[in-house]
Amino acid sequence: MGADRLQLYELSAREAHEKLVAGDVSARELTDAVLGRIDSVEERVKAFVTVLPEGARRKADAVDARIAAGEKLRPGEGVPLALKDNLCTDGVETTCSSKILKGFIPPYNATVVEKLSAAGTPFVGKVNLDEFAMGSSTENSAFFVTHNPWDLSRVPGGSSGGSTASVAAGEAFWALGSDTGGSIRQPASFCGVVGLKPTYGRVSRYGLVAFASSLDQIGPITKTVYDNALLLSLISGHDALDSTSVKTEVPDYTKACVANVKGLRLGVPAEYFAKGVSDEVAASVRKAAEKLQELGAIVEECSLPVTEYALATYYIIAPAEASSNLARYDGVRFGHRTERASTPLELFKRTREEGFGPEVKQRIMIGTYALSAGYYDAFYLKAQKVRTLIKQDFDNAFSRFDALITPTAPTPAFKIGEKTDDPLEMKLSDILTIPINMAGLPAISLPCGFSSEGLPIGLQLIGPAFSEETLLRVAYTYEQASEWHGRRAAL
Amino acid sequence: MSKYESVVGMECHAELLTESKMFCGCANDFGGASNTRTCPVCLGLPGSLPVPNRTAVELVVKASLALNCEISRDCLFARKNYFYPDLPKGYQISQYENPIGQNGWLDITIDDGSTKRIHIRRVHLEEDTGKLVHAGGNESEIDYNRSGVPLMEIVTEFPPDITSPAEAKAYIEKLRAILVYLGVSDGKMEEGHLRAEPNVSVRLEGADVYGTKTELKNLNSFRAVERGIAYELDRQADMLDHGIVVRQETMGWNDASGKTYHMRFKEEEQEYRYFPEPDLIPLHFDDADIERWRSELPELPDAKRERFIAEYDLRPYDAEVLTGSRAVADYFEAASKSGADAKAVANYVTGDLMRLVNASGGDITDVKIAPDQLGALLKLRDSGKITNTIAKSVLEEMFATGKDAQQIIDARGISVVSDEGALTTEIDKVLSANTDVVAKIKAGNDKSIGFLVGQVMKATKGQARPDLVNKLLKERIGS
Ligand SMILES: [Zn+2]
Repeated sequence: MGADRLQLYELSAREAHEKLVAGDVSARELTDAVLGRIDSVEERVKAFVTVLPEGARRKADAVDARIAAGEKLRPGEGVPLALKDNLCTDGVETTCSSKILKGFIPPYNATVVEKLSAAGTPFVGKVNLDEFAMGSSTENSAFFVTHNPWDLSRVPGGSSGGSTASVAAGEAFWALGSDTGGSIRQPASFCGVVGLKPTYGRVSRYGLVAFASSLDQIGPITKTVYDNALLLSLISGHDALDSTSVKTEVPDYTKACVANVKGLRLGVPAEYFAKGVSDEVAASVRKAAEKLQELGAIVEECSLPVTEYALATYYIIAPAEASSNLARYDGVRFGHRTERASTPLELFKRTREEGFGPEVKQRIMIGTYALSAGYYDAFYLKAQKVRTLIKQDFDNAFSRFDALITPTAPTPAFKIGEKTDDPLEMKLSDILTIPINMAGLPAISLPCGFSSEGLPIGLQLIGPAFSEETLLRVAYTYEQASEWHGRRAAL
Repeated sequence: MSKYESVVGMECHAELLTESKMFCGCANDFGGASNTRTCPVCLGLPGSLPVPNRTAVELVVKASLALNCEISRDCLFARKNYFYPDLPKGYQISQYENPIGQNGWLDITIDDGSTKRIHIRRVHLEEDTGKLVHAGGNESEIDYNRSGVPLMEIVTEFPPDITSPAEAKAYIEKLRAILVYLGVSDGKMEEGHLRAEPNVSVRLEGADVYGTKTELKNLNSFRAVERGIAYELDRQADMLDHGIVVRQETMGWNDASGKTYHMRFKEEEQEYRYFPEPDLIPLHFDDADIERWRSELPELPDAKRERFIAEYDLRPYDAEVLTGSRAVADYFEAASKSGADAKAVANYVTGDLMRLVNASGGDITDVKIAPDQLGALLKLRDSGKITNTIAKSVLEEMFATGKDAQQIIDARGISVVSDEGALTTEIDKVLSANTDVVAKIKAGNDKSIGFLVGQVMKATKGQARPDLVNKLLKERIGS
């Protein structure tokens, strides 16, 4: 094959699995490939909170034993994956990149972890995030900042920055992230990978440490659209343990990976190209839209006028839910406990004061305020009403279009430290992804170009509830007609 | 007290009789070692999610229907946020807007025998907390076995209808009866499975504003509810008489001392920051669900009382007492069905049998006498085979041993002396021993004959028929 032969860790999950099925490699070799890659680049990338070499190898060996016994491999089986460290793992520390959960070892697996484990997936480790998934850069991690593999001086995005960086760096073939306001899609666009936020209720949240319950969804982060479709198939479905999960049938999403968009109607909402979106990003996305038009899609401009209220509304609802979800970190049953308390009240106050970082504290305070008597109607209730309007805005658009195409983030990855002093600037990097969570819709981010500085740019496809197949089809069609996904970060 | 009006609101909690907890699969049970019935959900571990117990929901809907409530078609769960060590999530899942039941009522019977309607504002479902156990020294332990157990809360309407301790007692008695009839709760107040927390205030008669209220806790019986409220009303009236301002506080009831004591002041309204629980979707009930549940309701105390009056010709008071407990009502009905006279059964059940039950400290379900055994006893009495005096003494032995009446009568060799010859001998003895009494009777004092009847009954060890003795005595004195 020659010198340009891809390293094992550079393969997509599908390619890795094909080699495994063909007998070209063992599951152990795939796992060792990513573990070796972690050894050589992790010092620079810093994606992992916990690396799990023994567990991953044990799982890989079990897969190899199945192969040796002549058993047929299941889809995706034996391909190592990284888990965002807000997904509970039985017997393995789960930190949410927070001091307050340091030492917390769950006695159970999140449903998605359980499903993947049953499907024969080796877990290569638990990856970094902004503390409790609150942030857009991993700079709010209580432990360390993850670096963007395309430019180590830049952030990988967030909050699932550890997930996207590990996949972009070849430290895992694929990863799971969680998305509350763009936490899968924004870092996917920053790191040049594919990230999908499923319809609310598509994937069980059981075992995902809650940030904002009505917005959180777990989703796949992968190198290609096909891998994304496969991983989505593996984690989707109703779960008796999550009342908000939906009983809708789970299709084989890989079947949606067909390069054909003929007759599909795509809307290009003007509000998503407004002030703040860099020219380079806008141009790349528009070019992608033109490409899809060439491929047979019907592309038209449209408008989503309520979009501008989404960010403000999100910063009422998400902190309100968070303030309540994070009340359980009181030092009584798990995680950090202060040593300076003599009464229960002191125990709560000091444990929380010591254990939470500044961003988390700020959001708890905002949320507490928004739910307080006298403010509830003006803030929380009003925000819920706006949320209904945002949904209607999308409903109107989807009466005309099968999907919408927008940039994922206003800019490519920014420098580490660039926005830490300007929280509003930081939050604006989620302005194009937040409305989707507010409406509970599915959306996917995939690479659509590179900036003049060589940084990945992502486009976002948004669809009506449970239209993941349409989104995957459009994404796959575009991906097959472009070459961005073939590029790898030079580390 | 007379220049003051009493105002009593009732907040009651009933632990539901479900197999499992409200939001997880752990057993809903009592006792056992600490923290043996827990899981990630009821411990509030990160990432865990609640799943509502459909049976608990159904029980609360049925209770709401029985309490004449309107049922919310779309019920919401809400989070009640506060910090306490026994509250694992830092919030309690409860209901705020759209509780399961609203705007209901129940009727109580008051002293003059008339009924009074007590309006109920809301009936809702929530989860119980764990229990903080002080382990001595600086240590505390928390037992989460009860964490997440389904609780039903029933709150009376404001302004309250209840204006006296006796009405409060009648209310909780009726509420308990309804819940036990439904199988929603075991109603055990002494074990805290049904808890009444009245809030109590007084105001000058005719005043248009309500007085400051205090809340009462630790009322572990019907009687404690009545006594505790009476004490607290007196205490407040006395304070007002002395120009002392009543403060909002929580008072505990000490049953032994018969007094309330200060627990804590509640002047600042606690801020619970209620909001709809985002981990749960609204519960939707359609008309068919509600009608099905309504059709499954058992006969409730009021209906049963009216039926007992109509069907068995009982006095309203007896019917009220009998239907106060489903178990007692069922016992009465089973005994009546065995062929005994229903009024006689009612007298025995509400009188001698209940006296024996109360003295034993148990309840009707512990009684060894099967309903048809009681029926058989009363049939023996009513056929004249034994006297009422004998029947009562046989009942006591039946209560202690569970034996049949006939068996006891045979063993004791009891038979009714209805042979006039044998009786005449005893009567003559009594007459000759009580010549002074005979003289009085002859002088026209008829009442004294009762004394002589009693003497003859005593001499025959209660085996004589009193009517026969009476007749023979009159004949002999008159002759
Ligand atoms: Zn449990």
